[in-house]
Amino acid sequence: MTGSTGTTATRPAAPPKQAAPRLRTPRRPYSPSRPRRSVLLTVLTAVVLVYSLLPLLWLVLSATKSQEGLSRSFGLWFDRDIDLWHNITETFTYQDGVFLRWLLNTLMYVVVGAGGATLLAVLGGYALAKFDFPGKRAVFAVVIGAVAVPTTALAVPTFLMFSKIGLTDTPWAVIIPSLISPFGLYLMWVFATEAIPTELMEAARIDGASELRTFFQVALPLLAPGTVTVLLFTTVATWNNYFLPLIMLKDPDWYPLTLGLDAWNKQAQTAGGEAVFNLVVTGSLLTIVPLVAAFLSLQKYWQSGLSAGSVKE
Amino acid sequence: MPKHSRRLLRGIGLVAALALGATACGGSDDDGSSDKKVGSADISAALKKGGTVTVWAWDPTVKTVAAQFEKKYPNVTVKVVNAGTGNDQYKALTNAISAKKGVPDVAQIEYYAIGQYALTKGVTDLKAYGAGKLDGTYSPGPWNSVQSGGGIYGLPMDSGPMALFYNKKVFDKYKIAVPTTWEEYVEAGRTLHKANPKAYITSDVGDAGLTTSLLWQAGSRPYKVDGTKVGIDFSDAGAKKYTDTWQQLIDEKLVAPVTGWTDDWYKGLGDGTIATLPTGAWMPGNFTTGVKNASGDWRVAPMPQWTKGENKSAENGGSSLAMPSLAKNKELAYAFTEFTAAGAGVQTRIDGGAFPATTKDLNSRKFQDTEFPYFGGQKANKIFADSAKAVPSDWKYLPYQVYANSIFNDTVGKAYISGTKLTAGLTSWQDASVKYGNEQGFTVEK
Repeated sequence: MTGSTGTTATRPAAPPKQAAPRLRTPRRPYSPSRPRRSVLLTVLTAVVLVYSLLPLLWLVLSATKSQEGLSRSFGLWFDRDIDLWHNITETFTYQDGVFLRWLLNTLMYVVVGAGGATLLAVLGGYALAKFDFPGKRAVFAVVIGAVAVPTTALAVPTFLMFSKIGLTDTPWAVIIPSLISPFGLYLMWVFATEAIPTELMEAARIDGASELRTFFQVALPLLAPGTVTVLLFTTVATWNNYFLPLIMLKDPDWYPLTLGLDAWNKQAQTAGGEAVFNLVVTGSLLTIVPLVAAFLSLQKYWQSGLSAGSVKE
Repeated sequence: MPKHSRRLLRGIGLVAALALGATACGGSDDDGSSDKKVGSADISAALKKGGTVTVWAWDPTVKTVAAQFEKKYPNVTVKVVNAGTGNDQYKALTNAISAKKGVPDVAQIEYYAIGQYALTKGVTDLKAYGAGKLDGTYSPGPWNSVQSGGGIYGLPMDSGPMALFYNKKVFDKYKIAVPTTWEEYVEAGRTLHKANPKAYITSDVGDAGLTTSLLWQAGSRPYKVDGTKVGIDFSDAGAKKYTDTWQQLIDEKLVAPVTGWTDDWYKGLGDGTIATLPTGAWMPGNFTTGVKNASGDWRVAPMPQWTKGENKSAENGGSSLAMPSLAKNKELAYAFTEFTAAGAGVQTRIDGGAFPATTKDLNSRKFQDTEFPYFGGQKANKIFADSAKAVPSDWKYLPYQVYANSIFNDTVGKAYISGTKLTAGLTSWQDASVKYGNEQGFTVEK
């Protein structure tokens, strides 16, 4: 997201250790500590930056406007009244405070669904990376195949299955499918192969540690960056999940934020329905705040996780 | 079993009508309805015994009515679920009916959609519950819409007799008279757009509901329905009146290319760039909450006529409450339906801003004398009620209108974006509708 772009862009280039011979500068070979500058690239980057930040800016500005203000003012500037606080309180109290309920639902789906998916991915990835057993290649093929299948394509068959066992319209219908993250498993598998030296595990075993203890005390800390990465991926996927809850849930009491905000937005499209665009906008802003917070606080783990194994020490 | 799961799969598909069509031709082994008579004694006994009624409705006033109902019958719990609006809800309902699981006891269904549920016996014939005695309770348009083949498949909850909403401030500013015929309407559009190139007489990018309503008003009767025998024909004189007039608006670019119900549309209604809106009588509520900043600017006028001196109107939108055949608590469900659509719930819904379909309320002094502060104190209900009376009741929708409407923009909608003529658009809509109907087991003739 925007966080990573921001840091790389603003990180100052390390000052050169010694003054370079000025005469020969134009044809210097590229080095990361002394990047060559290009006006064209800078402009392009700036354009992309503006392009990706504008919607966010619009969202922040619009959240300060009332329903009237939204339609009378220019999109990228403030209205004459700042209604942000009123919008926030209204978002949390409108329709008996159902927004809070949706927020808690989403948190539950994320904690149980994404948390569970991460746990399963870590356990599975570790096992696949560090233990040999018959059928491993088959598992590999299945996992790679599963990564290639978009979850959207699986939604309808999943619905039919859950409908058969009578779990549709319950939170389980959202949680159980969220527990499976083939990509997370694959990532953990690759990560664990690189991050845990087999020698270290052997040493632990020689010292008399049980397999469980080896996993928890030796492997798990080494897997932390990868775990955080997978956790972030699954959290974002679950937090933003729309299509699966859409077909599974009918009862607004179990909606996640995505469905709830959509329902509010659609209210404006019906006879007698109340148009609450200001609440939809404010609700959307509030919805991304936890995600942004998660990214910022987990960023350093995430980045070190992504680059792990890319350089041979 | 495979037949069952195939039907299930279809039901999940993006077209709600599919599964219903399949049921129509595949014989109805899942027909949960029984034609046993249910007397008022049975219903009172059920009310006393109590239970839970699940209602799928997106109309916000239904919740208020539910609370009122629970207060009157303490043993009954009414669970109102907003399972989506319009099409979304029909998809969900069709899926639930196909899966035979999670079917609500009562569902809000718009008039244009009720036919397909009636034909496939997806909803119960309420005659067995005594709905026949409500004959004469409702204005003709809605009452006719809930009936099919001698059965009553829903009770009209609200209606949408049409009127012309216009921005008086804009009309005054450019000294435009309120049009009384569609010819004058086009002329007003020209004057307005000339005076202010940013302003348009209305917005339209192709809307099936508006087109069918205008055809209805123009005297066109494109759809003929007799059981599974269907006729579709967009070539009558009424249709010609509509296409001739509307084609001018499109050709001269007098209608704003703004999609209805978007925030842009609300914005246009607020800032005067969309100057009129021919639509249903339920619109005031949407004006009040969605276009607050134009309060006092707008007024209501009777619909422009296709022939000078006539007084004809049409319905636009409006919905009924129906009982799915697979509903469990039918006595209670009917009690709630009648309470909401014909009993004490009607007044509650009017107070909540809904527009009734009951003639008694439409004609009441109190209702007609209601002043709308939003419309500068105008007694708009009088115009709406007169419009309700002027709706010809012989209009029919297709038994698969939900599907037909879903392909409107691929056919008629082309007239708005390319050089295709409206007439050609209607013809291709007709062809596509005929083709689909035949595929679904109807006998469709042009």
